[in-house]
Amino acid sequence: MEREKVIEVKDLVKKFGSFVANDHLTFDVYKGEIFGFLGANGAGKTTAIRILCGLSRPTSGKVLVAGFDANHPEEIKKRIGYMSQRFSLYNDLTVKDNIELYGGIYGMTMKEIRPRTEKLLAKLSFNQYGDTLIGSLPPGIKQKLAFAVAVFHDPEIVFLDEPTSGVDPITRRQFWEMIYETASRGITVFVTTHYMDEAEYCDRVTIMNEGMIVALDTPSALREKYNASSIEELFVKIARQKTETA
Amino acid sequence: MAAVEAYNITHRYGKVTALDDVSFTVDDGELFGFIGPDGAGKTTLFRIAVTLIIPSGGRMTLFGLNTVNNYRELRNLIGYMPGKFSLYQDLSVEENLNFYATVFGTTLKENYHLIEPIYKQIEPYKKRIAGKLSGGMKQKLALSCALIHKPKILILDEPTTGVDAVSRTEFWEMLSGLKHEGITIIVSTPYMDEALRCDRIALIQCGKILGINTPDNIRRSYSQKLYAVRYPDKYKLLTSLRSLPLAPCPMPLAPCSEPYTLSPEPFGDSVHITLPEGTKPEEILKALETAGLPGATITEIIPGIEDVFLELMKKDE
Repeated sequence: MEREKVIEVKDLVKKFGSFVANDHLTFDVYKGEIFGFLGANGAGKTTAIRILCGLSRPTSGKVLVAGFDANHPEEIKKRIGYMSQRFSLYNDLTVKDNIELYGGIYGMTMKEIRPRTEKLLAKLSFNQYGDTLIGSLPPGIKQKLAFAVAVFHDPEIVFLDEPTSGVDPITRRQFWEMIYETASRGITVFVTTHYMDEAEYCDRVTIMNEGMIVALDTPSALREKYNASSIEELFVKIARQKTETA
Repeated sequence: MAAVEAYNITHRYGKVTALDDVSFTVDDGELFGFIGPDGAGKTTLFRIAVTLIIPSGGRMTLFGLNTVNNYRELRNLIGYMPGKFSLYQDLSVEENLNFYATVFGTTLKENYHLIEPIYKQIEPYKKRIAGKLSGGMKQKLALSCALIHKPKILILDEPTTGVDAVSRTEFWEMLSGLKHEGITIIVSTPYMDEALRCDRIALIQCGKILGINTPDNIRRSYSQKLYAVRYPDKYKLLTSLRSLPLAPCPMPLAPCSEPYTLSPEPFGDSVHITLPEGTKPEEILKALETAGLPGATITEIIPGIEDVFLELMKKDE
């Protein structure tokens, strides 16, 4: 059976003036997949993610996200969730306020939001935090909550931009378990990280370098292909090779 | 002589205890790492070491000089790179360097040899303003500025956070080079894998040091045999391992007070578990097969720094 594609990218090019930030990217992402998006700083990851989130238009090429092309950014935005390490929730609003705000932005009614909020807080065992200001929560709890809010409206795809930077090892594992659980519900998880060992959690990994995709496969297939013991070793190998020939 | 000696350092911000009775020593010429997540107290500890804050309790000396009483002399001996990029964004690369050199009464020329391996990588951009540099280049400039007065000790607060794996590898290579110049280096990082680059490390969490040793000895300190279990559906594997009916208690005559768990933890493409005494790895595979996960594999592995960190965190709780 053909797997259902939720993201289709073909020959995506994005130029800023004469600078080519994305150079003919082609890849598909499947429903319920955990897709790792790696690359050095400046490799073109952020540019590609901005296009996939409907925040920027490609110079040329085809992009389909949740069935909509880049000419329908508003339709794309409704069907995705987003979380980054830098900005996630409003520190000066309570947990419930934040959930209501994000739910509202995604077009949910209060009637839908209220019962779901209770369910969410119960599931995370965060009931006691409902009326707590986000700013006063420990970083680990904040991080997990930010993820839960990003998938609160049941998007088709959630984009996570370095979601686990600086969190402790226990929280990091709980976070990945939430990611697994989300993917098992059929939500596609598109994740960037600087922790190379985290790439191993992904179903498939792509590595970008100088605007191009230089590797895309399952972590084990990539390790085998490049004769590397870890994704980190592979990453350094590929990126160094490239800069030296450049 | 020890380069750094810290005795019972405690620091409070109001009611929050950021550091709780922290003691350690760093040898002269050592590359010493503090490994721990955000909020562990790394930055507070480093600010005390670089004489920027006075601890609520305890005492710290660098090269025999007290961080509170001898701060003026100490500042000349310390090169500090704060976690947040703190150079002047609107000055050029070269201007920043000259500024720091002047503040310490030296010149770029005088200590050029020391920063050369690092600085020459950004020298082509010396007219560019610091705010317009990439993350990796900012990091190199900040390190050059911290080195310009030829410090005896470098104190680097999370220099590799948010930097990609290639730049991080390069950065650690630079630190090895500086270590060979005889400079003592204290560095903090949230990336557990970077611990292996240090001579010794301290694992720090919630203001407390969980353990100090060489990376190898830290890994050896894991209290049990550790196994990696693999199965294509990692989520199913994790939840199944958590609920496996491993009914037979290891010691039937002295029943366990609480049900034994395998404490499964997801680790990339596998789940790490420990086994109750007397349980064979094959029994886990059999139990998994019964639970509907045929063809899983199990192998004994050498614990990593992160495995040890997890174990110590759980013990501490």
